[in-house]
Amino acid sequence: MNPPVLIASIYVFALAAFLGYQVISRVPPLLHTPLMSATNAISGISLIGSLVLAGAAHYPNFAHILGFVAVTTATINVVGGFGITDRMLKMFGERKAKSGDKAVAK
Amino acid sequence: MTLSTYFMEATYLIASILFVFALKGMSHPETARRGMFLAEGGMLAAIIGTLIGVHIVTWTWIIAGLTIGSIIGAWMAIWVPMTAMPQRTALSHAFGALAAALVGVGEFAAKSHEMPGVTRSALGFEVMLGALTTTGSLIAAGKLQGVIHGKPIQFKGQNVVNLVTFLAMATFFVIFLAHPEAAAIFYTLLAVAFVFGVMLVIPIGSADMPVVMSLLNSYAGLAAAATGFVLGNNVLIIAGTLDGFSGFILSVLMCKAMNRSITNVLFGGFGSVIAESTSTAGGVMREIALDDAAMQLAFASRVIFVPGYGLATAQAQHAVRELAELLEDRGVTVKYAIHPVAGRMPGHMNVLLAEANVPYSSLYEMEQINPEFPSTDVAVVIGANDVVNPDARDNPKSLIAGMPILEVDRARSVIVLKRGQGRGFSGLENPLFFKPCTAMLYGDAKSTLTHLAQAVQHV
Repeated sequence: MNPPVLIASIYVFALAAFLGYQVISRVPPLLHTPLMSATNAISGISLIGSLVLAGAAHYPNFAHILGFVAVTTATINVVGGFGITDRMLKMFGERKAKSGDKAVAK
Repeated sequence: MTLSTYFMEATYLIASILFVFALKGMSHPETARRGMFLAEGGMLAAIIGTLIGVHIVTWTWIIAGLTIGSIIGAWMAIWVPMTAMPQRTALSHAFGALAAALVGVGEFAAKSHEMPGVTRSALGFEVMLGALTTTGSLIAAGKLQGVIHGKPIQFKGQNVVNLVTFLAMATFFVIFLAHPEAAAIFYTLLAVAFVFGVMLVIPIGSADMPVVMSLLNSYAGLAAAATGFVLGNNVLIIAGTLDGFSGFILSVLMCKAMNRSITNVLFGGFGSVIAESTSTAGGVMREIALDDAAMQLAFASRVIFVPGYGLATAQAQHAVRELAELLEDRGVTVKYAIHPVAGRMPGHMNVLLAEANVPYSSLYEMEQINPEFPSTDVAVVIGANDVVNPDARDNPKSLIAGMPILEVDRARSVIVLKRGQGRGFSGLENPLFFKPCTAMLYGDAKSTLTHLAQAVQHV
């Protein structure tokens, strides 16, 4: 990493931190558990680093195997994380419809 | 740059933008699900972009990893019960952190000789954070699952040992920066970080889990961001930073909700301290018969349910909803009061009640509901203890003094559902239980609630 790239990376980091703060402080406590599992799934993006390690040229065999384990755990996080977040959010979404029906029935 | 590299970079940019949109959607339950679909699309694009843009020579490991990971991930997504959500989340922090640490080790193995100093320090952070989060999260998951005892594990001089471990880790980090080729130093750093993760979490009691979960969430995210610095990959930096800051914000919120500092949670060893005579509690606890409690609820006009971790352990979320619906059919106004640190992770109670079809419009946060307790006929405390302990407000000598509480004791009457006469996780006596307006109903929360519902039907 040469200095200009490093500086650009630090910019990206700082802006992402600021943006994250702005966006996430608006999430209501109601959704804090789905938030945690969602950000977890999103940070499963380290999968792309794992893919490179598992399959790209210029890595020793030993690294490919580490990469395989990393691909596995990162994929568990992506698939499991998004899946379970959706399952939770579906529960929160349905509620409104149901209570709405009930209000109409009354 | 070749065309496929441009394509890859484009997918990364799109993924970054979609991730931010997804988190923005999280600000409301109505938009949250759509937001997550965007994030899923972004993730898929980034994966495809990588496989096209990077010159892949061996597909075996990639396909094997993706397949095994998808199967386990899908299994978790479908079968893990909502009550096990804290354990699942802790495990996923461990998995994410392990992936980051392993990528770091792989990078070191392949490129240590050609790494400039900046990349090396990022690599050190990545491996260190990744390793300590992996073991720390595994311990947390073990405690939450009950594999490891939930009480804090402490010994004499623990803080000294932890400090020494931390200093050792920091020292190896510095030596690693100076001697990048020395593999022994690098792997020692890795090993010490694994040990430090264990040391960090074993002294922490179950009641402090919401803070620990948030902290580990933050570390896992920062490890991913550090990976981004090592690989010079912006989407990793962005996604990791978003995750890291989300965890950080949650940690701060949780600490505020307990009126404690992060240092105090990590090094205080709370929960082991047996309360001395600092409590103002005393007198007798009044027990109430099930039928009398049912009568009281059936003829009330306002009822507030206050769930705690006991609701989760008894899996009583459906039973409480059934009782609440019966009461609502009789014209009783029913609300739920949710303390920010009720349960074992942020938002734990909300998810459980949502699973039981409780409309989220009936769930109230602490600040919203506290003014309503004085006009409430019956407050029903289900397996909650410290979050309703009036000592936190009234007794400056109490161990939890200053912690904001749900002011259940201001309700006209209180019914406490409790497994037995024991104290809560903090080991504190709760004066609420001795108040004249409080009645105790012992037993398993689920069966008690079911019997209450039956009794209400016959009133």
